[in-house]
Amino acid sequence: MSANVSIAFTLNGVAVRATVPAHQSALEMLRDELHLTGTKYGCGEGECGACTINVDGSSANSCLLFAADCDGRDVVTIEGLADDKLTERLKQSFVTHGAVQCGFCTPGLVMQARHMLDKNPHPGHDEIKRGIEGNLCRCTGYKKVIEAIAEAGEASNLEDAR
Amino acid sequence: MNDTAKTGSNGSLIGKRIPKKDAPEKASGKTRYIHDIDLPGQLHAKILRSSQVHAKIKSIDTSAAKALPGVHAVITAADLPWQRPIGVAKDHLPLKHDKVRSPRDEIAAVAADTEAIAEAALKLIKVDYEPLPAVVTAEEAMSPDAPRLHGDDLIAPGPDGKPHVVHQASHDNVAMVFQYGQGEVATGKAASDAIVEDVFKLHYVTHCCMGVSGVIAEFDASENLILYSNTQVPFLHKREFAELLGMDPGRIRIVQPPIGGGFGSKLDIYPFEPIAIYLAKITRRPVKLVFTREEEFIASPTRQPVLMKMRSGCTRDGVLTFREVETIHDNGAYTSWGATTPFVMMQTISSLYRVPHCDYRTRAIYSNNPYAGSFRGYGNLQATFAVEAHMDRLAEAIGMDPLEFRLKNAQDPGEVTPQGMHFKSCGFKDCLSVAAERSEYQEKRRANEARRNDGNPVKRGVGMASMLHVGGGAKIYPSDGCGTILKMDDFGRVTLLTGASEIGQGSETVLAQLVCEELGLPLTSVNVVNNDTDVTPWDVGVHASRTTFIAGNSAIGAARKAKDKILTAAAAKFDQPAEALDTRDQCIVEKSSGKKLVELAKFIRSLHFSDKAELVMTSYYYEPPSKHQDKQFRGDVSAAYAWATQVAEVEVDTRTGIVKLVKITGAHDVGRVLNRLGIEGQIEGGIVMGQGYALTEDLIVENGVIRNPNFRDYKLVTAPEIPEMDVVFVETMDGEGPQGAKGVGEAPAICVAAAVANAIYNATGVRITALPFTPENVYRALHSNSQPPTWVAAA
Repeated sequence: MSANVSIAFTLNGVAVRATVPAHQSALEMLRDELHLTGTKYGCGEGECGACTINVDGSSANSCLLFAADCDGRDVVTIEGLADDKLTERLKQSFVTHGAVQCGFCTPGLVMQARHMLDKNPHPGHDEIKRGIEGNLCRCTGYKKVIEAIAEAGEASNLEDAR
Repeated sequence: MNDTAKTGSNGSLIGKRIPKKDAPEKASGKTRYIHDIDLPGQLHAKILRSSQVHAKIKSIDTSAAKALPGVHAVITAADLPWQRPIGVAKDHLPLKHDKVRSPRDEIAAVAADTEAIAEAALKLIKVDYEPLPAVVTAEEAMSPDAPRLHGDDLIAPGPDGKPHVVHQASHDNVAMVFQYGQGEVATGKAASDAIVEDVFKLHYVTHCCMGVSGVIAEFDASENLILYSNTQVPFLHKREFAELLGMDPGRIRIVQPPIGGGFGSKLDIYPFEPIAIYLAKITRRPVKLVFTREEEFIASPTRQPVLMKMRSGCTRDGVLTFREVETIHDNGAYTSWGATTPFVMMQTISSLYRVPHCDYRTRAIYSNNPYAGSFRGYGNLQATFAVEAHMDRLAEAIGMDPLEFRLKNAQDPGEVTPQGMHFKSCGFKDCLSVAAERSEYQEKRRANEARRNDGNPVKRGVGMASMLHVGGGAKIYPSDGCGTILKMDDFGRVTLLTGASEIGQGSETVLAQLVCEELGLPLTSVNVVNNDTDVTPWDVGVHASRTTFIAGNSAIGAARKAKDKILTAAAAKFDQPAEALDTRDQCIVEKSSGKKLVELAKFIRSLHFSDKAELVMTSYYYEPPSKHQDKQFRGDVSAAYAWATQVAEVEVDTRTGIVKLVKITGAHDVGRVLNRLGIEGQIEGGIVMGQGYALTEDLIVENGVIRNPNFRDYKLVTAPEIPEMDVVFVETMDGEGPQGAKGVGEAPAICVAAAVANAIYNATGVRITALPFTPENVYRALHSNSQPPTWVAAA
């Protein structure tokens, strides 16, 4: 149906080779070919943030990225952060603050929050709101998400001081 | 994860902040939603929808699609002469055979090896249409010479296989009518010193569940159907699918993977579900059908749009005298739950405040527009918007403070309304007072009014609205009950099998909590199974804010039976009366001293492995003491009623029309707080959903076509826009509720738009009676650039 492209990249710390259709999105490759389903399809147009991944240290909507463009890059999904301390703190903070309801947007929010805290370890509430502006959530009304991220930031603060 | 809710020495879990049981899985991306499930041998399905708003289907040519490699089946209505209709009025065939009535209409479907092949096949299907004039407003639809949407009887095979009329032709495009009355409106009018009248227009919005719709259908070797479904009513749908497919319901199993949001959208069967089943049957393979987001906007239901004419009166002393309401609901092309929202609307119109005389008439009119389903609040947002506008308008007309006016007419505990609702617990007046006091409503209202003409282009306003909603289930089906099976294993762990569905609202956590409370167990000891009709007992479904109340009482019933069983056996062993014993901290204890007699797990093993071997396994079915309404809509339909008052504070920029929601103060009569974390989440999420309804969301339907089927142009509220939220719980300890609790799921979304409308009036002196309050609409209203909505001439 269309040309295929051979690519090599790092996925969650592991070297990967893949042959992908030229038109395939990174989201489709991750979910349908590599079976990493923690990255969610919410809109396919970069509007909802459910498919947020990290590419070379930056947040990206995987639905807007061609799979072919992963070539040579360092790609991290929610699955790749299972042992990451900051992510663990974020996930726990999401749980204890009640920031998860249906949970469909949650992996994307955790990915975005992880990126935000990486760049700015102690964001204020307004910075957090701006930081997750591109992530839609229909259940929580965002308040508990903001509180969860803020506390994870504060916790990392304490850890830095130690 | 830390277990932040352990049973300590003071024991109780009630009212604590308890994290949701499934949250760690969800936050890790490990939860498998329907989109994440693939079955071996599975095919992928796609649906061809109409390119026309209203047209006859002259011919469909699927030959090229069928010839595409990788395509396993292409179906149209012609392949399925045994199709039966779906929906509330059974006016809707999943695949259309004679004509299309909206652009969402399903014409053909493909099952293929991949989604890409299925999509490619759709493009090869040729449909020849004969366009018909479109009917895109209720006004057009009601004119005598309007084309009839369902002008012919719908004939389909009945259970006997012979043709029957399953839906009778509508010769006036009327889909459904409701009429309710109490007292004599003429008497009320005669007693009125002030009368106000407005026409309100409530717009289209849609659920926007973050997880798009999807289904997987599979038949086993014995032709039993297994349906992986996001339905909110698995047991009702089991029966409905059986009728639809001419199957024995006992051969249908519905499995519910975790769901990416419900909000009422999954209470009806939609065409994609039977279509996936047809394809699975024909191909003998599992078939998965998942929407795109655009398809989700186009082919899932909306909130019911309403045009409403309301007239209300009161005496100069501030006593309501009458309310007269007529509404027209654009029914769209087919009838789903939206058409039945008058059930709930009339409760607010007749009974939120005491109104001695009331008349309510409504018609749902067929058109070529999208059709409405159920959506959190179920008509109550629309009714409350109008009722609360009139509370402010009447108070102003007689020169009374709007809070005092509301307090004077608010319901009290013990009231039985003319509609037959019995408010056994009722914290309405407390909600009014608490919300007003915490927000300094009266002071701010007067100050804002005084500042209206001070030259500052940004005006501040404060507005109040209240709501009444069912909080103890809703008896609209033959049963409103829920079953529970509880088993304890020989390690003292509980598996709770409940009919109640989890849709993100936290029911699994609250049910576990209620069981732990009865049995003296930590939350980690309870596993909840709630997703498989072959395993779990019957429940009517997750709707009407009923799950905590109904399934909660059911879980408590099963836990109490288990406890009785354990303590009766322990009484014999320890030679003490059962009443003197208790279960606490995973032990059997003496109730008075707290002295530990034996570990619970050890004792259960001793029961299990004794001569008279006994498993601790109980079942309980809870049916609430509510009543069906009679044909005049009278009856105590819920076992409890929930109340709330919300105060909205806004800033209105008169130069741009931008309304900023600054703060919501909410006082909610929830009976009792069970899980503080969970209930806060419900209220906050509901408030922001209400904010979207009021300010940002607008599904634009032009000539029958949805113009903004995406998140770029359909604007959901994002994090920077949320208001400050100050939420207070009024605990009235309902006598029927589980630990005193009432349902709360829908309540928080209901009053926001009404409160915002009153706040905009307080800020600007302009009353806007049409939603949404987008900058353009508000700017036009403030600058006399728009006309208020008008009533339909043809009506």
